[in-house]
Amino acid sequence: MSRWEVKIAGFGGQGIILAGYLLGKAAAVYDRRHATMVQSYGPEARGSACASQVIIADEPIYYPYVTEPDVLIAMSQEAYMKFAAEVKPGGLLLIERDLVALDTGRSDFVRSGVRLHALSATKIAEELGHRIVANIVMLGFLCALAPIVSPSGMKEALRSSLPKSAIELNLLAFETGYERGLQVGYNLAGNPS
Amino acid sequence: MTEAQHPLDHLLRADRLPHIWCPGCGIGIAMRCLVLALEELGRPLDRVVVVSGIGCSARVAGYVRLDGFHTTHGRAIPFATGLKLANPDLTVIVFSGDGDLAAIGGNHLIHAARRNLDLTVICVNNFIYGMTGGQFGPTTPLAARSTTTPYGNFEPPFNLPALVAASGAVYVARWTVFHVRRLIAAFQEAIAKKGFSFVEVLSPCPTGYLRRNKLGEALEMMRYFKAQSEIRHGADPAEAGIEMGGKLILGKFVDIERPTYQERMRKQLAMFFIEPYAEKVREEIEAEEVES
Amino acid sequence: MKRGPAVLTGVHFFNGDVACAEGALAAGCRFFAGYPITPATEIAERMAERLPEIGGTFIQMEDEIASLSAVLGASWAGVKAMTATSGPGFSLMMENLGFGYMTETPCVIVNVQRGGPSTGLPTLVGQGDMMQARWGSHGDYETIVLAPSSAQEMFDLTIAAFNLSEKYRLPVLLLSDAVIGHITERVVIPAEEEIPIVNRKKFAGPREAYLPYLPDEDLVPPMVAAGEGYRVYITGLTHDERGYPSTSPEVQERLVRRLVEKIRRNARDIIRMEERGVEDAEVVLVAYGISARVAYRAMELARAAGRRVGWLRLITVWPFPEERIRDLATRVRAFIVPELNLGQIVREVERCAAGRARTIPVLRPGGAVHDPREILAIIEETFHD
Repeated sequence: MSRWEVKIAGFGGQGIILAGYLLGKAAAVYDRRHATMVQSYGPEARGSACASQVIIADEPIYYPYVTEPDVLIAMSQEAYMKFAAEVKPGGLLLIERDLVALDTGRSDFVRSGVRLHALSATKIAEELGHRIVANIVMLGFLCALAPIVSPSGMKEALRSSLPKSAIELNLLAFETGYERGLQVGYNLAGNPS
Repeated sequence: MTEAQHPLDHLLRADRLPHIWCPGCGIGIAMRCLVLALEELGRPLDRVVVVSGIGCSARVAGYVRLDGFHTTHGRAIPFATGLKLANPDLTVIVFSGDGDLAAIGGNHLIHAARRNLDLTVICVNNFIYGMTGGQFGPTTPLAARSTTTPYGNFEPPFNLPALVAASGAVYVARWTVFHVRRLIAAFQEAIAKKGFSFVEVLSPCPTGYLRRNKLGEALEMMRYFKAQSEIRHGADPAEAGIEMGGKLILGKFVDIERPTYQERMRKQLAMFFIEPYAEKVREEIEAEEVES
Repeated sequence: MKRGPAVLTGVHFFNGDVACAEGALAAGCRFFAGYPITPATEIAERMAERLPEIGGTFIQMEDEIASLSAVLGASWAGVKAMTATSGPGFSLMMENLGFGYMTETPCVIVNVQRGGPSTGLPTLVGQGDMMQARWGSHGDYETIVLAPSSAQEMFDLTIAAFNLSEKYRLPVLLLSDAVIGHITERVVIPAEEEIPIVNRKKFAGPREAYLPYLPDEDLVPPMVAAGEGYRVYITGLTHDERGYPSTSPEVQERLVRRLVEKIRRNARDIIRMEERGVEDAEVVLVAYGISARVAYRAMELARAAGRRVGWLRLITVWPFPEERIRDLATRVRAFIVPELNLGQIVREVERCAAGRARTIPVLRPGGAVHDPREILAIIEETFHD
């Protein structure tokens, strides 16, 4: 696919903007493609609704907003409720398993053909050392499930963007999320639904 | 050339005469004191810049034969800040009035003093807005009449030496245009002083202030400056407030040492960058060692 | 730490504000004075970090008035200087902006527009300062205003702004907006030697021969800096060629006409725009900044539906590309002008179209960009009329 439209949403403090930034940077700087990221967040610095929109393409990107995402990463219930219905048929919907309840009382909430995967990213991050890297676990998960950016580009983006002391943990978080993604992919391949 | 030359022609723009000031105005005296001070100080005059805002006193920037910048109302100090920081070799003198520097430009005045930027600010205080025809200003004494205080002023004035001293100025003096030799010496000290120096120059405005307050001609004001002045070097500037017809405390109130804005900047940045800051800091330390 | 490079040659993922700061450094800017304001603060933050690395000066002033004053002072010390702000700070700069035009002081002022009036929407987009940028300071003057549409252009046009300001000796304004200031995109910074740099024309003759406001044939007078021995007098008062104040109507006529003419006569050199599909278009979208990118999507949707729609993006907003709009007005049915204000640049389009083509505004007062479908609906209407 030559064009990816991604929405990452959650609440402030979850590293939503950073995740979008890293994804875009991996594409723009290391995969040498066009990438654009716009962010929206509430007036408070922490705890409010927060979203970043990333578009990756081979040609210049004019309209920078995502209306029908190929990928949605929902890190909160609010994000899921607000954006899940937008995901394109055939698109990818990744949710933070422990923060999003899927039963919304509506059967038509998510469009048909959307691939939905849940991951306890925050719990995994806590086990690795700090919940702050839940966003990076999710990025690893995404990279394994969709050829959106190269894992090597993603790792370069991590290395060049984060403070030295944080790189190791973040790389570990990425690898862990990536492996979980591969397992899902393996399961998918083995059990076509 | 057969034309008679004034001994200060090389420092004044004779081609701009006549000047705009009223007969009896003291600003010309203050300007003459400044050029005499500069002549004796021996700084390369090509590197001396006079910056002013708006008002009668601000016209000085256009009468001295130096680089002169007649900027917008109240903004002489921030303009001078840009000049000085962009070219630290310049000697930058702000010459303006009390309304320009302390009312519309008051915020810049206290912030430049706080930073202790290496500037000299000469403030001619004639207690009134002269150019617009005699409105009260931030230094007009209580009860004084002006066109906008027709029943007498009821706003307490600023005590400028106290204001700038409290804000961090390292040199603060006040003189009058009667005290010509003292004024020249004060200008020289202020210009030579590293850091933010401030000289308040009390001056008569016969048109805008004296006449309306029935204080006589300019000569009367000069007599008042002579009779009511009390020179108290080192006096607490807070005790040097001015009341109408009252005693005038003059002298050098503050002359202290404090690192300048640029010294602090270089020192701070030298912790992160070797050049150009660390080299400069080392040069400064060596220069100080030679001096002491 | 060693001194950093002034030009960060390479491929980056920068937001518009950071790209703007890097553009300034690449253009040779070595002085920045500013005051924090959303959504332009990142420009000041980047300059605070980067200028000390390369021996430049950053100062945070007490307000935006002081910021522009200091920038003008630095420029007269011979240093390329910039400030950056948003609406409320831009309003405070208006008087000194006029001083910059009157004294012909090169510098760059960036306005990352947010929704107004007053404090308005500090974090959200607006394009409501377009007319203020043209007419905001009192009296007659001409200005140059560039409107970037991407992070890359925040870099490129900041360099262009410096070059134009040095060439024509005036403050040049970069009118960005909150989306373009914060959008993060691929920004390619070329090698230092590939970046064209214009420096102000300097006077090098003898001191006696120098008249600070005697223009060359291009109407631009050569400049000197304070401290070079020319003993200049620079005033915001109406002044003659010597720089001396004058109250003569003839001097006023000569000076103000020249300030205006030096831009108008060179409009072709200054004006830049980008066009798509205009050749066969029946309807042309005219837009700038983020609105141009939204309009582009609307054009794509309309073209997909078989409508012959063109797109004209203003890169230079002032001087306004009158000639081009006049020319197009003779052969298109309508101009559609989406902007994030309640009708500013659309008035210029309408003036130039002069009734030969319809001019249709699509306006929002800021807070959010248009939905491309909203513009598409207007396009469709013009085809059904």
